[in-house]
Amino acid sequence: MLTVDGISKSFRGLKAVSQASFEVPAGAIVALIGPNGAGKTTCFNMIAGVFAPDAGQMTFESRKIQGLRPDQVCAAGIGRTFQIVKPFAGLSVLDNVIVGALHREKNVSSARIFSLSILKKLNLEAKKDLPASSLTLPDRKRLEVARALATRPKLLLLDEVMAGLRPTECDLMVEVFRDLNRSDGLTILLIEHVMRAVMALAQNIVVLHHGEIIARGAPAEVVRDPAVLECYLGEEAEV
Amino acid sequence: MTPRGKVLLLLLGVFLLALPWVVNPYILSVATLILYLAYTGQAWNVMMGFAGQLSLGHSLYVGVGAYASAALFVHYGIGPWAGVVMSIALCVALGAAIGFLAFRFGISGVYFALLTIAFCEFTRIGFDHLQWTGGSGGLFLKVAQRDQIDLANFRGPPAMYYYAILFLCALALLGCYYLLKSKAGYYWQAIRENEEAAQALGINTFRWKMLAVVISSAMTAVSGVFFAFYYNNLFPEQIFHISRSIEIILGPIIGGVGTLFGPILGAAVLTIVGDGITELLGAMGWEIPGIKQVFYGIVMLLVIMFLPHGIWPPLARKLGLGR
Repeated sequence: MLTVDGISKSFRGLKAVSQASFEVPAGAIVALIGPNGAGKTTCFNMIAGVFAPDAGQMTFESRKIQGLRPDQVCAAGIGRTFQIVKPFAGLSVLDNVIVGALHREKNVSSARIFSLSILKKLNLEAKKDLPASSLTLPDRKRLEVARALATRPKLLLLDEVMAGLRPTECDLMVEVFRDLNRSDGLTILLIEHVMRAVMALAQNIVVLHHGEIIARGAPAEVVRDPAVLECYLGEEAEV
Repeated sequence: MTPRGKVLLLLLGVFLLALPWVVNPYILSVATLILYLAYTGQAWNVMMGFAGQLSLGHSLYVGVGAYASAALFVHYGIGPWAGVVMSIALCVALGAAIGFLAFRFGISGVYFALLTIAFCEFTRIGFDHLQWTGGSGGLFLKVAQRDQIDLANFRGPPAMYYYAILFLCALALLGCYYLLKSKAGYYWQAIRENEEAAQALGINTFRWKMLAVVISSAMTAVSGVFFAFYYNNLFPEQIFHISRSIEIILGPIIGGVGTLFGPILGAAVLTIVGDGITELLGAMGWEIPGIKQVFYGIVMLLVIMFLPHGIWPPLARKLGLGR
């Protein structure tokens, strides 16, 4: 579904990502992991159209997506969340989601109905009339997801949505994504540090380090990979 | 809006409709000024309050709108109904040009505000030297026959102008109400709150910001036409002056940026209390030039300190009027 082929990006001479290639097959859940500063969010931003790669190709459903603006990437069917959450603070939780839903819904009232169903899925229904600025961080992360889902993406990019959640909340979120993946066929690419969630969700893991991919494969193999253990998980990791 | 809010709005409407029958010409002129500021503030609010694009040069559209219709009237006898179309077209073209320059090249925030000031200022200097519109000496319309109504040329007694601007205000309020509830309203507010997030949700922010500028400049052009035919004299130094732009935005800021009733409430409070203070001091034998501006400054300070969202939101909550 999404093919990333040799993308690179430098910021003022610093190579953030170099020659990264990976694939996200339709219906899959793929995790992008690695230490801080490895270039994970830079990869996301390139896919999402925030900036173009210096080199390399990206195709989504056999259509080139490099050089598209973020709104065009969204229209192509890729939804995203932000690691540093960006709620529309002055609007209510429901209105936040309606903005996303209006992307595919014809009018405000149908967008409202659809948005309510998404809020229900993410356990935010009770807070729908609160201003987004009053939400706690975990709720804001949920709101990020709700808003992105409202645009009816085929591929969802999740940037550290589990960070700051308690283990039980984390498991609930995992259930939500699993359900979306199974019943709605949503493809997911996630950046995550919470290995508990990664192991529970991902069928495939890509490990970035200093902008380069150092390992990839099934979760069970990747977490035993000596290179990954050394740079990221630690020698005595138990996952 | 709550039922109580609806009843109060209806009462306000009736009161405003009856006003010319019960008050003296002075009060009527103050009421006309309030409505003029309320309407123009509403137009500015579409751009800043809804879409978050700060224009500090809105008198550009008032001035160009006023001059275009007045010049057509004075030179060719073309009435304001055709003139308003020309004014709107010109202002929309200007707004679109400024918007395109700014949004295409990613100019936002205070830099966008500076750009709007720049356009307004060089237009003022341009008009100072444009002999076709009388240059800095001004452009004058023949003063209206006060006793008969000539709707075709928009000439008539003060009450006619009052009803015209009241109608415009009502129209703007209704229009903004529907805009805010529509897709455009949602998209504008999203852009205002966080442009990057808005774009990630598939919003072509360039296009929607342009729409806000175009609607706002078109509305403000009409306010310029009203200004020309009501006051009958236009000076570049006056109409394009930055203090005029500030005057336009004070109402909505004090009333509540981004709210529907903020511009109206703000215009009323500022004008009534501002003129009231001037009158009061005058009656006490003190003519202090610039006292109104000092007063505006004080009100501004107080509102920003104690009611940062303007007077309307807390007032509406207290009285249970809805938004």
